[in-house]
Amino acid sequence: MAVKTILHSRSQHHIRESRVDAIFMLINNAILLFIFLAVLYPLVYVFSASFSDPNAVAAGQVWLWPVKITPKAYVRIFEFSRIWTGYANSIFYATVGTFVNVVMTILAAYPLSRKDLFGKNFLLFLFVFSMMFSGGLIPLYITVKQLGLYDTRWALIIPQALSVWNMIIAITYFRTSLPQELLEAAQLDGCNDFQYLWNIVLPLSSPIIAVLSLFYAVGHWNQFFFALIFLANKDLFPLQLILRDILIANTIDPNLLEDAKTMAAKAGLRDLLKFALIIVASGPVLLIYPFVQKYFVKGLMIGAVKG
Amino acid sequence: MEAKPTLPLSELEIAKAKTWRIAWRNMRHSWQLYVLLALPLLWLAVFQYYPMYGAQIAFRDFLPGDSIWEADWVGLENFQRFFQSVMFSKLLINTLGLSLYSLIVGFPIPIVFALSLNQLRPGLFKQSVQMVSYAPYFISTVVLVGMLLQFLDLRHGPVNLLLGALGMDTIHFMGDAKLFQSIYVWSGVWQYTGFNTVIYLAALSSVDPALHEAAVVDGATRLHRIWYIDLPGILPTAITLLILNMGQVINVGFEKVFLMQNPLNTSISEVISTYVYKVGLVGGITNYSYAAAIGLFNSLVGLVLLVAANQLMKKLTDSSLW
Repeated sequence: MAVKTILHSRSQHHIRESRVDAIFMLINNAILLFIFLAVLYPLVYVFSASFSDPNAVAAGQVWLWPVKITPKAYVRIFEFSRIWTGYANSIFYATVGTFVNVVMTILAAYPLSRKDLFGKNFLLFLFVFSMMFSGGLIPLYITVKQLGLYDTRWALIIPQALSVWNMIIAITYFRTSLPQELLEAAQLDGCNDFQYLWNIVLPLSSPIIAVLSLFYAVGHWNQFFFALIFLANKDLFPLQLILRDILIANTIDPNLLEDAKTMAAKAGLRDLLKFALIIVASGPVLLIYPFVQKYFVKGLMIGAVKG
Repeated sequence: MEAKPTLPLSELEIAKAKTWRIAWRNMRHSWQLYVLLALPLLWLAVFQYYPMYGAQIAFRDFLPGDSIWEADWVGLENFQRFFQSVMFSKLLINTLGLSLYSLIVGFPIPIVFALSLNQLRPGLFKQSVQMVSYAPYFISTVVLVGMLLQFLDLRHGPVNLLLGALGMDTIHFMGDAKLFQSIYVWSGVWQYTGFNTVIYLAALSSVDPALHEAAVVDGATRLHRIWYIDLPGILPTAITLLILNMGQVINVGFEKVFLMQNPLNTSISEVISTYVYKVGLVGGITNYSYAAAIGLFNSLVGLVLLVAANQLMKKLTDSSLW
C-alpha cells in the first residue's frame, strides 16, 4: 500500500515537472527563434534592398521582400572600375597571403610541437610574448618603411605572415593528433625530420590546413587597418579601402552618378549602390561559409582545448 | 675525444660540462627542426622584436626623415607631455569605458545563448540557428559600419522610417555622441555572439551525460539541470575568458571605432589606438616620438593588466595561462 502511494506520487511528480519543462522549452525556443530572426533580418533586408528600386527603399517601402525588382545597382557596380581593381587586389592578397601564412605557420608549429626540440620552451615564450607586448604602431610603421615594403603589395603580406594565435592552434593539433610512435617508427626506418614533415605530417594535416586557410583567408579579405596605414597608391587598394570610401566616407566618383538628374535621385542611387556593394563584397565569404562551417567550428574547438 | 685537463676539475665543473655537451648534442640532433624554424624566427625578430627595440624613439626626439639612432634623447619628456595633456584622462576614460561596457554586455550573452542552444536536440532548427548566428562574424568591419550607417540613417534608414511610421521622433543615431558606445557595443553583440558561443558549446559537450540522467531520475527540471550541472560545467571556461578579457580592457580595436568616428562623436569615440594613428601618421604635423610614447604606454599597461589577470586566475582557479 505504502509503496503504491509512493509510486503514485512519484509519477504525478514526474508529470508535473515535465509540464514545467514543456513551458520552459516553449519559452526557450521562442527566444532562440527571436535571436535567429534578429540576426537574419538585417542580412535579408540588405539583400532585398539591393534589388529594389532606390525610391522605394528611401521611402521605406522595403521591409522584407524586394520592391519593384531591378538589377540596376549591380549593373552600375559592374561599370565601376575601382571596385574591380579592389576586388582583384583582394583576391591577390587573400590567395598569396594565405599561402604564405599557412607555410609559415607549419614551419613554426611543427618544430615547436616536438617534445625533443632543445630550447622549445624558450622559443615558444619568444612567440607568445610578442602576443602580449608589442612595440606599437609607429615602430612597426617605421620598420616597414625602412625595409622598403611601404606602398607595395608585400606590405599586406609579409608583416602579417604569421599569427601566433593560429600557430598555437596548429601546435595543439600536431601534439594531439600525431602519435609519438609514428615518429619513432619513421626514425627507425631512417626517415629524417624534413622527410617526416613532408611525407607523413603534411598528408595527415589536411583538417588543420583547412582551418588555418579559412581563418587567414577571411582575415585577409576583411583586412582594413594595415591597408590603411601601409598603402598610398590607389591601384594597390584592397576592396575594403574602396568600400570605406563609398560606404562610409561618401567620397563616391561623381562621374558614376552623372545621369541621375536631381539631387534626390543621386542620393537614392548612392544608397542603392551601397546595399548592392555590401552583397558583392561579403558574398564570396558568406557563400563559402556554409560549406566550411564544420572546419571553422572544429578549428575553434582545437583552440578551445588550449585556451 | 677527451682532452686531458691540466688541472683536476671540480665535480661541479664536470657536471656543467656534461650538461652543455648533452645540450649541444641535442641541438645537433635536431638541426633540421631549427632549419624549419629559421624563417619564422627571422620574421619574429624583424616584425615583432625589432619594433620593440625601435620603440625607443618614445624616449628620443625623432623627426621623420632623420635617422632614428641619431635623434636626441629626451628621457620621459614625451610621456610627461602625454600625462599632462587634456587628452590623457579623456582617452583613458573613453577607452576603458568602451571596453568595460563591451565586456559587461558581451560576456554573459554568449553564455546564456549557449545554455539555451544546448537545450535543443540536434536537428534542423538547431543547425539553422547556429549557422545564422555565426554568419555575421565573417562580415568585415567596413561592411558592418556601412550597414549601421544605412540602417540608422536619419532620413532613409529603416529604423528611423519605422519610428516615423509609429509616430515617434526620429533619432540622429550616428550624430549623437551619447549613443556612440551603445551602437558600438550592441552591433558587436549582433556580430560576435554566435562566434563566442562556440567555445561554450564545446565545454557543454564535455559535460558527463550521466549527471543529467541521474538528475532526471531525481526529478530535476531543465532549469535545475542548467543551473546545477551545465553552468558549473562551463564555469572554468567562463572564468578563464573573463580574466583574459579583463587583461585586454586597455586594448580597444582600432578599425570599428575609427570607422564609426565622425566630428560629432569624437568627444566619446576617441580612444588610444585612434589617437596614436592620428598623432603619428595623419596630417602635416606627424609626431612619431609622441605617438610612439602613447603606444608604448598602452602596451605596457596592457602587459601589466594581463600579468595581473593571470595572477588573479592562479589564485582563484589553480589554472593559469603560463
